[in-house]
Amino acid sequence: MNKKFVLGIYDDEDVLLHAIENIRAAGTKIYEVFSPYPIHGIDDVLGIKRSRLPIVAFFGGLTGMSFALWMQIWMLGFDWPMIIGGKPHISLPAFIPVTFELTVLFSAFSMVIAFFIVSNLKPSLRVNMLDKRSTDDKFVMAIEVKDGVTDLSALNELLRSNGAVEVNEKEVVK
Amino acid sequence: MIAVGVVLLIAGIIFAAAGGGGEHQAEGHEAAAAGHEAVSWTKRLFVNLWMNNVYFSGIALIGTFFVAIQYVSYAGWSVLIKRIPEAMSYYLPIGGVIMLLVYLFGSHDIFHWTHDYLYDVNSPEYDPIIAGKSGYLNTAFFLIRMALYFGLWIMFSMWLRKESINEDMNGGTANYHKSIRISAMFLVVFGITSSTSAWDWVLSIDTHWFSTMFGWYVFASWWVSGLAAITLTVIILKQNGYLKMVNSNHLHDLGKFVFAFSIFWTYIWFSQFLLYWYANIPEEAIYFIERLGGNAGHYKWIFFTNLLINFAFPFLVLMTRDAKRQMIMLKLVTIAILVGHWLDFYLMMMPGTLGTSAGIGFIEIGTALMFLGIFLLAFTKGLTKASLVPINHPFVEESVHHHV
Repeated sequence: MNKKFVLGIYDDEDVLLHAIENIRAAGTKIYEVFSPYPIHGIDDVLGIKRSRLPIVAFFGGLTGMSFALWMQIWMLGFDWPMIIGGKPHISLPAFIPVTFELTVLFSAFSMVIAFFIVSNLKPSLRVNMLDKRSTDDKFVMAIEVKDGVTDLSALNELLRSNGAVEVNEKEVVK
Repeated sequence: MIAVGVVLLIAGIIFAAAGGGGEHQAEGHEAAAAGHEAVSWTKRLFVNLWMNNVYFSGIALIGTFFVAIQYVSYAGWSVLIKRIPEAMSYYLPIGGVIMLLVYLFGSHDIFHWTHDYLYDVNSPEYDPIIAGKSGYLNTAFFLIRMALYFGLWIMFSMWLRKESINEDMNGGTANYHKSIRISAMFLVVFGITSSTSAWDWVLSIDTHWFSTMFGWYVFASWWVSGLAAITLTVIILKQNGYLKMVNSNHLHDLGKFVFAFSIFWTYIWFSQFLLYWYANIPEEAIYFIERLGGNAGHYKWIFFTNLLINFAFPFLVLMTRDAKRQMIMLKLVTIAILVGHWLDFYLMMMPGTLGTSAGIGFIEIGTALMFLGIFLLAFTKGLTKASLVPINHPFVEESVHHHV
């Protein structure tokens, strides 16, 4: 199925930020904004919620910690008890370094994997470039067009009145 | 906007001059009255004076260290709060004087190595190990070092402070660039003296024992307490209507500092503990035995409380972003850390001096509050001396618009 977009092209980041505010206030849903570099504060303006990745990190870390402790206690305490350095079979201080490392490892891996899944990054991913100039010197605001619902001329007017230097239409093949 | 900074000139004197002064007087009596209860109360008092002075002098020193770090790293975010660590160092001269007096009058009570008979070959108490250390641990050199540490620290803190105040008057970037050079010099001095002063003042109490981690350990303890003190002061000042431009973004950064360095302290703690625990060599392990099962288990609860309050509590509470941005959470954690690291210093000094006769009674709490009072008086006096916002600092705008 094809998707149609109206692209508002901006050449100033402040104009863009105000345009986003006004256009969202007018009730128009913005599909995505493309920019050559990260714009400070754009997340708030676009209404993007804070990432929930830290929660994944916490539970990943908790899993790693539990796994490391269970592994060492079970292996060295029950499955194959060994006396190392004259210490008791289960001696917590010696387990701390491994526990720490596995906590960090699980936490990091769970974050990376969760990020890949959530943002749908996979080897077969094809990226549709809506406007190549968004990698150079222009900011591109994409608004999805729904046939029969979106009023194109009104949208054109809204974008231009908010400082767009150009308004284009683009169809993307899925 | 910058004019607001000038209005802020009437600093936090009101709350602290009243609160700090009151505590100071009340507790002075308490400490004196309680003195008669203990058996060797002079010894106990001297050790307490020494311990509290080391703790508070360290926090005062961290003030200058914090400012120096901000300069050499070209940090912009911290400009709005930089007058607070600057003012903390106003305690350093007082700390130096108290340190000298306590040493002159109480050295035998605090330091085992100051007794002459240890070095007399004919004495039955002759100690070849301590005698072998006499090249470093002797009263003359000890006093020279003490004077040198305080001299250098006070000089650099006053020098940085002077540049900072001149900047308020003159503007321009000359003072700023000079401050960076001073800070770099100070950091070299600090790197050496923070370790050696820790050996002198804390480690030499347990004269036979040694630890290559010890300088770091004391530094970590001072540093996280200093950060907690800065954060707590910022919050109290803000809640009393000063520092209006400080917002949750600045608090967030301070919270990250406190969070990170409470973990750093734990890391150092564990690095020291693990090696001694694992090797289990008697002359090394004795230090931890004294603090765990030894001394009739007298210090066991402090040993574990220390870890709980200084690691587990800040780690779990300050983990989320929201907690670091809320004043109530930060207040809870910073107060816990300040109390916790006081206990940490208690645990470093008491077993080697008082052994089983140590306790936490009126003397301990009284001395601690007395020192807190003196510290707050010096600190708030420093705060009133200049605008709370360094108005001509080149990064002041960046700090006002700081956003994380």
